[in-house]
Amino acid sequence: MKFKTFAMFVGPSVVLMLLFIAFPLVTVLINSFQVTNPVFITQEVETCTPGFVTQTCTTEVKTIPVLDEDGDVVRVTQWVGFSSYANVLGGERFSRAIADLDLGQLANIDFWKALRFTLTFTLVTLPFVLVLGLSIALVVNNASKSIKGPVIFVSLLPFIITPVIGALSIRWLFYGDGIVTVWLEALFDTNLSVAANGWAVEFLMMFYRVWHVAPFAFVILYAGLQTVNRDTLESAMIDGASRWERLRFVIIPHLMPLIVFITLIHLMDAYRAFEEVIGFSSESHRITLQYLTYDYLQPDDAGNRQISSASASAMLTMIGVVILLAAPLRRTWRDQRGA
Amino acid sequence: MADTSVPLAMRQPVSLRLASNVFLLFWLLLAAFPLVWVLAMSFKSPVDAFSSSAWAVLSGPRTLADGNGLSIVDIVLGIAVAWGAIRAATRWLMPMAAGEGLAQKAFSWIVVSLGFALLFILGFFVALPWVATPIEGLLGPLGQPILGLTTQHYQSVWVENAFYENFRNSMIVTFGVVTVSLTVGTLAGYGLARSGSTLAFWILIIALVFRALPHSVLVAGYLPVFINSAEILRPFLGENAPTLYGQPLAVIAVLVSINQPFTIWMLRSFFQNIPHELDESARVDGCTHFQAFRWVIMPVMWPGIITTGLFSFLLAYNDFLVTSLLLDASNQTMVPAIAGYFNRETTTTDQVEAIAAAVSITAPLFLLVMIFQRQIVSGLTAGAVKG
Repeated sequence: MKFKTFAMFVGPSVVLMLLFIAFPLVTVLINSFQVTNPVFITQEVETCTPGFVTQTCTTEVKTIPVLDEDGDVVRVTQWVGFSSYANVLGGERFSRAIADLDLGQLANIDFWKALRFTLTFTLVTLPFVLVLGLSIALVVNNASKSIKGPVIFVSLLPFIITPVIGALSIRWLFYGDGIVTVWLEALFDTNLSVAANGWAVEFLMMFYRVWHVAPFAFVILYAGLQTVNRDTLESAMIDGASRWERLRFVIIPHLMPLIVFITLIHLMDAYRAFEEVIGFSSESHRITLQYLTYDYLQPDDAGNRQISSASASAMLTMIGVVILLAAPLRRTWRDQRGA
Repeated sequence: MADTSVPLAMRQPVSLRLASNVFLLFWLLLAAFPLVWVLAMSFKSPVDAFSSSAWAVLSGPRTLADGNGLSIVDIVLGIAVAWGAIRAATRWLMPMAAGEGLAQKAFSWIVVSLGFALLFILGFFVALPWVATPIEGLLGPLGQPILGLTTQHYQSVWVENAFYENFRNSMIVTFGVVTVSLTVGTLAGYGLARSGSTLAFWILIIALVFRALPHSVLVAGYLPVFINSAEILRPFLGENAPTLYGQPLAVIAVLVSINQPFTIWMLRSFFQNIPHELDESARVDGCTHFQAFRWVIMPVMWPGIITTGLFSFLLAYNDFLVTSLLLDASNQTMVPAIAGYFNRETTTTDQVEAIAAAVSITAPLFLLVMIFQRQIVSGLTAGAVKG
């Protein structure tokens, strides 16, 4: 294919990606070093009230925003270097926590709190997703043909459902006097308050994620199971391999590329977890890195968005992605090169 | 499993098969229970919906006492209508959607499904009560309501709270994203699949990196630009320069771009499965690349397009982060709008309305899986095997 033809085919897509992915990245990088604030001036204002004999006058020093001729607030953009980063990382409090070696104090700073939760969340859910996905795949593979269609249909529902709503549907089972909470209370004869307990919320968020992603792992591994070599299985059996050994030494090695693929996708997606925080309203207990940026971007009561802090936390999140994906990406790079 | 195709040695002991089926049942319950339960809650009065007794949530005594109930006649008729609808869907709609048709077929499919949805709603909520009331009068005790069920939350969500506006916004965004992202992505996917150049390789790798970016990182880049876009674009566009913030078109462009890396990887793997020889022979016959693409590739690429389109649809339809930050309240889509319901938390009625809204958002997805199950599965596995 000539370069010109190639460019015409690929052009629109590349332009879109440059304009809406690469360009915003540059803006974010620049914004993370800048702060835009309204300009204030301090003025001495003398206010006088009519009094008896003489006026009573008070002089106050007021800070008022400067307005331009249209009546809009004048804003000025300053280059602040790494101060937004320092701000996001916790500044003073961070250095104090490090000096005291106090992890609890560190975990009170939003960024570290988010980082702690996001990493735990990503790494803890991964094995559960893989094991549950593989178990469902094995079991469905084992089931009779007539029920496979409906079973796959039901299994796909948690995966296809809008993430916020999936999280909500589990929240409604547990929060307040949710039905499952009532059952658990009856079972253990205690009083549970799920929404008030940070660890319970954390567990529910992980539970939701496993529930949501396991069908994805299941579908892929189930497709992989269809291509397992029957002859290898049979010869393993003749050699006296038990069921477990056949799974361990024939089936799982065969599925390994797929397991790596699921791991890669899961790392990418769980690292940018966000909908869980909205669905479980967990912002007072547990937040994720992506939620941190979202929170900075939300307008506060005065309608200001902390663009600079948001950009800094976005850049820090990106660094995490790069670290997380360096190894798998190099693999793909080599595979594609070789292909 | 006792079929003779399985070799004797491969057969499993009863205990293993039992355990396997029990586990399967457990998973099905786990997968379906939250959704089924939410569906049941959405039809009950708040007292029943948040009752601590499971039976009360299912049967709805308070809802019944308020005068909203179904009799056996209603239930039988309702099941008949629902069954007929499902039959119609599997008989007519599924073959149409599964057929490897052309764009016209896709269009006629949309028309048919919309018409079907309309007929279903009319049949269920207009014709059914109209038929059922006289029959109930005739049957006496069988006509007495026994199951509490009310659609009032759906009415207040859709009619009083004007959820149809959010629905319309969702449809605009989703439709835009699917069409644009398929058009742009198909061309790119084809180009990438047929070019072995280093440039194509680098585009794919960079796209993979972009695929991993958290969306909030990108939105942090858009927001300041979009809010001030009128000022930024004024030198180029004059006084008509638009403020991109709050524009559905801007959101469509953003979602299309975010979705591009995934789309081009997926379509590339589909195009790689179409034999080279097909378009090469067309080129030997004197076609240009574009003609070969238009007349040889396009007729055979529809399964891949449908699958990729489904995933683009899901991305746009399910998105919360981008739409909630880039659209303002006046043109909010459905998913961010629901956050408004459960954040209020003032009364339990609000809560049940949030549940009804959630079920309303889920219903189209449910239909989607029902009709396109095969395409979704093939799409998931195509990415895995190739990517």
